Amino acid sequence: MSYISKPKIQHPNARRNKLGLTSRDYEGAVSTLCAGCGHDSVTAAIVQSVYELNIEPHMLAKMSGIGCSSKTPAYFASQSHGFNSVHGRMPSVTTGANAANRTLTYIGVSGDGDSLSIGAGQFVHAIRRNLNMCYIIENNGVYGLTKGQFSASADIGSKPKKGLPNQQEPIDPVSMALSLGATYIARSFSGDKEQLVPLIQGALMHKGFALVDVISPCVTFNDHEGSTKSYAHTRKHYHNVVNADFIAPAEEIKTAYDEGSAMSVELHGGSKIVLRKVDKDYDPSSRASSFKYLRDRFNAGEIITGLLYIDEARNEMHDLMGNVDMPLSQLPLETLNPGNKELKKILSGYR
Amino acid sequence: MAKLNDVVIKIATVNGTGSASANGLIMKSLFRMGIPVVGKNYFPSNIQGLPTWYEIRVTGDDYQCRSDRVDVMVAMNAQTYARDLAEVIPGGWFIYDSTWPRNTQLGRDDITIIGIPLSRMCNEHFDGARARILMKNIAYVGALAAFLAIDIDTITELIEETFADKKHLIASNMEAIKLGFDYARKNFVCPLPSKVAAMDGTKGHIIIDGNTAAGLGCLYAGATVGAWYPITPSTSLMDAFRTFCAEYRVDPETGKRTYCIIQAEDELAAIGMVLGASWNGARSFTSTSGPGISLMSEFLGYAYYAEIPAVLFNVQRCGPSTGMPTRTQQSDIISCAYASHGDTKHVLLFPADPGECFTMAQTAFDLAERLQTPVMVLSDLDIGMNDWMVPEFEFDEKKIADRGKVLSAAELEQMESFHRYLDVDGDGIPYRSLPGVHPKGSYFTRGSGHTKYGAYTEESSEYQDVVDRLLLKWETARSIVPEPEIEFSKFNKAAILSFGSSHGACQEARDRLAAQNIALNYCRVKSFPFSASIKEFIQQHEVVYVVEQNRDAQFRALLMLDSDADPSKLISLLHYDGMPLNAGFVVRRVLEEIAKGQAA
Ligand SMILES: Cc1ncc(C[n+]2csc(CCOP(=O)(O)OP(=O)(O)O)c2C)c(N)n1
Ligand code: SF4
Ligand SMILES: [Mg+2]
Repeated sequence: MSYISKPKIQHPNARRNKLGLTSRDYEGAVSTLCAGCGHDSVTAAIVQSVYELNIEPHMLAKMSGIGCSSKTPAYFASQSHGFNSVHGRMPSVTTGANAANRTLTYIGVSGDGDSLSIGAGQFVHAIRRNLNMCYIIENNGVYGLTKGQFSASADIGSKPKKGLPNQQEPIDPVSMALSLGATYIARSFSGDKEQLVPLIQGALMHKGFALVDVISPCVTFNDHEGSTKSYAHTRKHYHNVVNADFIAPAEEIKTAYDEGSAMSVELHGGSKIVLRKVDKDYDPSSRASSFKYLRDRFNAGEIITGLLYIDEARNEMHDLMGNVDMPLSQLPLETLNPGNKELKKILSGYR
Repeated sequence: MAKLNDVVIKIATVNGTGSASANGLIMKSLFRMGIPVVGKNYFPSNIQGLPTWYEIRVTGDDYQCRSDRVDVMVAMNAQTYARDLAEVIPGGWFIYDSTWPRNTQLGRDDITIIGIPLSRMCNEHFDGARARILMKNIAYVGALAAFLAIDIDTITELIEETFADKKHLIASNMEAIKLGFDYARKNFVCPLPSKVAAMDGTKGHIIIDGNTAAGLGCLYAGATVGAWYPITPSTSLMDAFRTFCAEYRVDPETGKRTYCIIQAEDELAAIGMVLGASWNGARSFTSTSGPGISLMSEFLGYAYYAEIPAVLFNVQRCGPSTGMPTRTQQSDIISCAYASHGDTKHVLLFPADPGECFTMAQTAFDLAERLQTPVMVLSDLDIGMNDWMVPEFEFDEKKIADRGKVLSAAELEQMESFHRYLDVDGDGIPYRSLPGVHPKGSYFTRGSGHTKYGAYTEESSEYQDVVDRLLLKWETARSIVPEPEIEFSKFNKAAILSFGSSHGACQEARDRLAAQNIALNYCRVKSFPFSASIKEFIQQHEVVYVVEQNRDAQFRALLMLDSDADPSKLISLLHYDGMPLNAGFVVRRVLEEIAKGQAA
């Protein structure tokens, strides 16, 4: 089954996924971001992720706020619905969308400005509800779209292109998510697609709130010497502590994993994610120890990446409320009103 | 005076002392005797310890508004004793708790002052501080029953119904009733000249508040997603919806819910959730008040431009800012009509009573989905939180809800291509597709400039194409929103125009003015944009008194903006002290304007 709405130049021998779609079918409009912008690499990783996951395009919903990062849903999955909302408010729109139809796969793309300043409140509360979604922050330490002001994720001492270095404590979305009870927390780097793709895939298949904080350098405003969110700085200081391999349903685990450092977690829909700890001291099932580890490494100037925390057991929003499995939006209206006879009964109590 | 079934009782108490159930008992007893009643609760923005009043107007003539006089005052609050005493009309009655000596300096010769030792009697008969306070309230109900000739059997019946599950409380409540009743009978001439008598004026009616009615309306409209942030006076709307859903929206087999109510982190999030849910095809709504609307503004403009249905209930309260949260006003007219930056305007509905809260909830969803835009139902504290006597609601099972232009999977499959913002039918309303239905239906919803095909644009003409089509849609809205209620006689050159909770007072004022040979036509507006009939109505008159409950004549301004009404004809009668409108105000202001030389 193929749903190609507009003709695309396809290589006749292009690889097709189980739906018969090529990865081109998961692409979107041509990006208008600056050449070399980290966000475009994240877009490419998303395309590969959803293609490989065989997600039916119309069952994917792309959500975003405002910013260069939030523009990117236009650049992938053109056969999926997109909702480019207002600045910082993507979480609430996704909450409502999910409330109405829990059967779609939700991918939200946001920026560090969008999620950690104007939208910090909504980000926090989406986590609290354990909203079932994949939430990607394309984190560049600045407001790209408004031309390079520091964002709340800027590190102390990070230098702007002009003016004085940042002196305020950064807000780290990963630590925030850990303390707030997010059930899937990962960090990656736009320059490491191999690491990023399985993390996004795991996030998409996780049942609950999955955060993927991606260091995604802004080449135009924050990629210079002295910036702690530049390509060079990130490459130099990032450490992968927990590798994640995504295993599709019915696929076998082929790699021989090292006993003790590997841990397999069953995800929604039968897929698995295998965690390979690079640092044996790290425990991705313990909030407290992950938090301490991250703090310690952060203080040592390291950028810790990988699948940092996972808990598949906690209920997501609908299950916490005890809602029906069917999308609420598809319940026929006739079945939703109790009828006139029942109305009389209700109103008899108001006499 | 002393007309039968024409008396106003006001009860002054302290909030948090449980007087609400006693006051409700009086209301309901009168109602069950077949006598039309109006109940108004004046309460503070506070949980315990501040003055609160409950006013019951017994109106055999069946008027739907508060009165401008008090005949019988029950003064249970020493704090407000002096002002309560002053409020009684000459010839009226003032009942107080004579357990403690009265401040003799405070007195009046022109009224009858009645002391009843309510506290002493209750302290002697009941144990425990809480019981004594509660029973004191019930005891004044007993006294009022004696003074006004309220039927004791009806009171008994109501008490038995109320405590059907706690039978041991029936005896004590009845004992308290008897204490007040017997004391009044023994020591005073009962009943008073202002008394009640059973009649046949409440058949087919119920007593309900507007928020409960709106919550019920949402249930019947098939709403499945409610997102809100608590704010007086709207909170009880979502509470009511939740209560009805708990009863009617639980799958009997699985015990799972077919509704989702989310208490959002703030109003920005609440409206964001509503938009997300509506975008996905659910009937979704929020309930809020003025401060919430202010916070929702950015999203409202988004919904207008990206064309997403949304239903909002704004139960208005007294502004500006936090204002007086427990007082009523109609002062969010402009802020709702034009909520958000840029060229934005919104469809508004103006229910006049709880009955219309029920029906307009359903109309709001139909209009929102038909027009793909936010629809705001502008109720207010008076309608939302007070008990109104209204005809029993009907639900028309044959009427099919309007889900608007939504393409099915089969329709999308057939289409060559789908473009979200094309005006295919010439009515300014494009076709919509829902996520999860068909890949051909996919489009990118955005609040940034877009072409009629849905693509991003910064081209002037492409941008203008879409915003001009939105104007055409506005005209379509004008032709389908509820028509006003008009009472017209060609002999009258002047008229009253009102909306929402001002309706009852305007109708009574027209009767009173007619009795003085001042006959006025009437137009009650039910919706915005204003239909052609409103424009015509204004043109037909030399003077139109526009009655509204705000300081700045917001509705008059809207009439000028949207229906090009001649400002020189529109005379404002503005009531904005936070109390529900009464007929006396309207009469006085009309007479003043006539005296000023305006022809009537
Ligand atoms: C209410 C509101 N205030 C301000 C803006 C202006 N604005 C647009 S994008 C942006 C910051 C975006 O930063 P970030 O989320 O980090 O995205 P980036 O461009 O860096 O990817 C701001 C402040 C806006 N669109 N809306
Ligand atoms: S300004 Fe920065 S974030 Fe925006 S597109 Fe350019 S490089 Fe990317
Ligand atoms: Mg940024």
